Amino acid sequence: MKALKNYLDKVRPNFQKGGKFEYLHSTFDAFDTFLFVPGHVTKKGSHIRDGIDLKRTMFMVVMAVMPAMFFGMWNVGHLHFLNINETATFMETFFYGFLKVVPLVIVAYVAGLGVEFIFAQLRGHDVNEGFLVSGILIPLIVPVSTPLWMVAVATIFAVIIGKEVFGGTGMNIVNPALLARAFLFFAYPSNMSGDKVWIAEQVDGTSGATPLGHLLTATEKADLNALPSVMESFIGTIPGSVGETSTLAILLGGAFLLITGIASWRVMLSVFAGGYAMGLLFNVIDANVYMGIPAHMHLVIGGFAFGAVFMATDPVTAAQTNTGKYIYGMLIGVMAVLIRVVNPAYPEGMMLAILLLNVFAPTIDYYVVQSNIKRRLKRLNKVTAS
Amino acid sequence: MSKTTTIKKGLDIKLVGEAEKTITEIHAKHVALKPTDFTGVFPKLLVKEGDKIKAGSPVFFDKYRDNIVFTSPVSGIITEIRRGAKRKLLEIRIDADDTNESIDFGSADPKSLDKESVSEKLLKSGLWSLIKQRPYSVIANPNDQPKSIHISGFDNGPLGPDYDFILHGKGEDFQAGLDVLKHLTQGEVNLNVHADHTKTKVLLSSKNVNINSIKGKYPSGMIGPQLAALDPMNKGEIVWTVNVQDVVTIGRLFLSGKINSEKLIAITGSEVLKPRYIKTNYGVCLSDVLKDNVSDADKRFISGNVLTGSQVEENGYLGWYDNQITVIPEGTESRFIGWITPNLDLFSFSKSMFSWLTPNKKYTLTTNMNGGERAFVMTGQFEKIFPFDIYPMQLIKAVMAEDIDMMEQLGIYEVEAEDFALLEFISTSKIEIQSIMADGLEFLRKELS
Repeated sequence: MKALKNYLDKVRPNFQKGGKFEYLHSTFDAFDTFLFVPGHVTKKGSHIRDGIDLKRTMFMVVMAVMPAMFFGMWNVGHLHFLNINETATFMETFFYGFLKVVPLVIVAYVAGLGVEFIFAQLRGHDVNEGFLVSGILIPLIVPVSTPLWMVAVATIFAVIIGKEVFGGTGMNIVNPALLARAFLFFAYPSNMSGDKVWIAEQVDGTSGATPLGHLLTATEKADLNALPSVMESFIGTIPGSVGETSTLAILLGGAFLLITGIASWRVMLSVFAGGYAMGLLFNVIDANVYMGIPAHMHLVIGGFAFGAVFMATDPVTAAQTNTGKYIYGMLIGVMAVLIRVVNPAYPEGMMLAILLLNVFAPTIDYYVVQSNIKRRLKRLNKVTAS
Repeated sequence: MSKTTTIKKGLDIKLVGEAEKTITEIHAKHVALKPTDFTGVFPKLLVKEGDKIKAGSPVFFDKYRDNIVFTSPVSGIITEIRRGAKRKLLEIRIDADDTNESIDFGSADPKSLDKESVSEKLLKSGLWSLIKQRPYSVIANPNDQPKSIHISGFDNGPLGPDYDFILHGKGEDFQAGLDVLKHLTQGEVNLNVHADHTKTKVLLSSKNVNINSIKGKYPSGMIGPQLAALDPMNKGEIVWTVNVQDVVTIGRLFLSGKINSEKLIAITGSEVLKPRYIKTNYGVCLSDVLKDNVSDADKRFISGNVLTGSQVEENGYLGWYDNQITVIPEGTESRFIGWITPNLDLFSFSKSMFSWLTPNKKYTLTTNMNGGERAFVMTGQFEKIFPFDIYPMQLIKAVMAEDIDMMEQLGIYEVEAEDFALLEFISTSKIEIQSIMADGLEFLRKELS
């Protein structure tokens, strides 16, 4: 440790102003602060500071995603062996999925961090940690058979257009991971939907449709019986994007985020509540087969749970006032179910709902803050009138 | 005693180095007046090096309000006038002599006086500087009509002094001070005490005041949150505030006619060997009171507490409004992958570390930033501990954007920079909130004057 620190101390002047490698300052600083939290002391204001920082926060979010990721890896293997009609041990299953998913993760991180490093250097800022989370989320919301070059292009698009153009971490309007997914969805739709993309090395002629995919062809109530059971969908042994299938694994991560206080319980709760309420409403109206999907089923199929726990809760793009978070979450849940039911079985309803509410979050906050402003004004008027 | 008002939001930071309730008398040999203690004051000197002065002799005045005069707390000789960049006046150093002579401003029972004569005596003696106003935290303007005066009778900041202990036996002086202040407002003089911890009769039996009983963690001892809970400020209103020990100093002036600049301060912090109370004078030199009482580590000396105090040198001077000195270690050590390690020695408001499991543990915290500065990312943090009906992040952003309309709408007149100290402490993005707010308030004051 000491040797490493001494080495970094010796080499650091080369990367500072006037040094030989000044143009690589942000890059060096990123690795330097990754290895060592620096001994910088407070200069203004409060002399002591909380032990938390953004790196630690982001790291905890990445940890929370791990259950969904590991299950996803196992599930890729599980569905593969099911598809080719073979049996395999647990380790073989997991390892198969591991080898299929890790390249996606590596490509997402390299592409995204590459863009981040370049922009940080151009601006003369520190490399921000925001992408540590987006980088693990992107591979988990795409089908496992997505070509790696597509993942790279989508990630670069999302980081530049979704984040850097607005000023970097903390300034973006929409969730960058979802923007990458939306890019793929609209640019390469055949790779993102259907029944041939969800299972790795799928055998020709077999169908690997997701629950929502099944629903596309449903016309009467009886068709709903072809759906996987609630338990299967909850545990997640069904086709879908890599990390989105297991509601159980996602909720484990969600619990971790709630206990540590990193994610907003207001958003999470409201999304589930809004989706469930809308589902119930449709169950009551019951005008067609899609409205007949049981309300609780909506919460476990598609990207609903993953979006609720990891995407909607992104603090920068969600509503930023506490009251706003309830409204924001509710509307996401409502919209996601609305899109699924009214636009029959349209996939990615959750993604679109979150992106829409990302754009409207500032408006929600505006009206919440206005009520505070009006309260203050009323108090002032009461005093000046008397 | 009125009903108890609970201030629900806040955080108590428990540190090592609380002052023991013993008093050591150290009469100040070296004292300084620091014009930098006074926001918005443009100092003009009235003395030069080598001048002999008495306690109460004018030393400098405010160029833009020449009735606001700052006087010496002790008798002695002006030894040095220190200036900084662009000849900015930093310190006027005084060596105290043993005579402790004061100018006689004439004693009088405050009850027999009126607002004019009270103001005049306070201004001439230099003690008017002890009266500050909200908003803007500048020295009060004698021509204003404040809607009320507020005094906080307790300090629950980190290692904050126990005013019950400090005020013991000073009931007569304190009451006289209250009687003086009563003349200065047509509203009430409010004394805000802690429902459970304030026990001294000096406060609880005082007359001519409205006593408010407050409950809650820090910053419930600060005037900002107290006003927010009792009587929120509106645009155009003015409230005056005086520190509870300064009320005693004012009372003494009127009862004896002379300046008695003795005050009890707490020397605290993990690097103080024997934390205790010292009976000394306003503006005392730190080395006078900390002699042989600090550790050998690389230290930071703070006049005030760790959240709102100012950094001073080892032989620096106590701030005019401060009743505490804190000495903590500098945090210049880097931590290997410190953002993953459990860091059991660090304190966090969040649950990302383990400090929430040991709420009564006392910490030795250093001055380490514990991370780099970032943009606002996490939301909802500040709302948990900000005891105002204000959206803190939105207000801070309005200040950063210099959007005066938005600042007013969001409640800028209800806060001062120090009210944001706790938010600055817990901010994940390490944003320099107090200096942003201080600059913003100064900007607003200048724009609107």
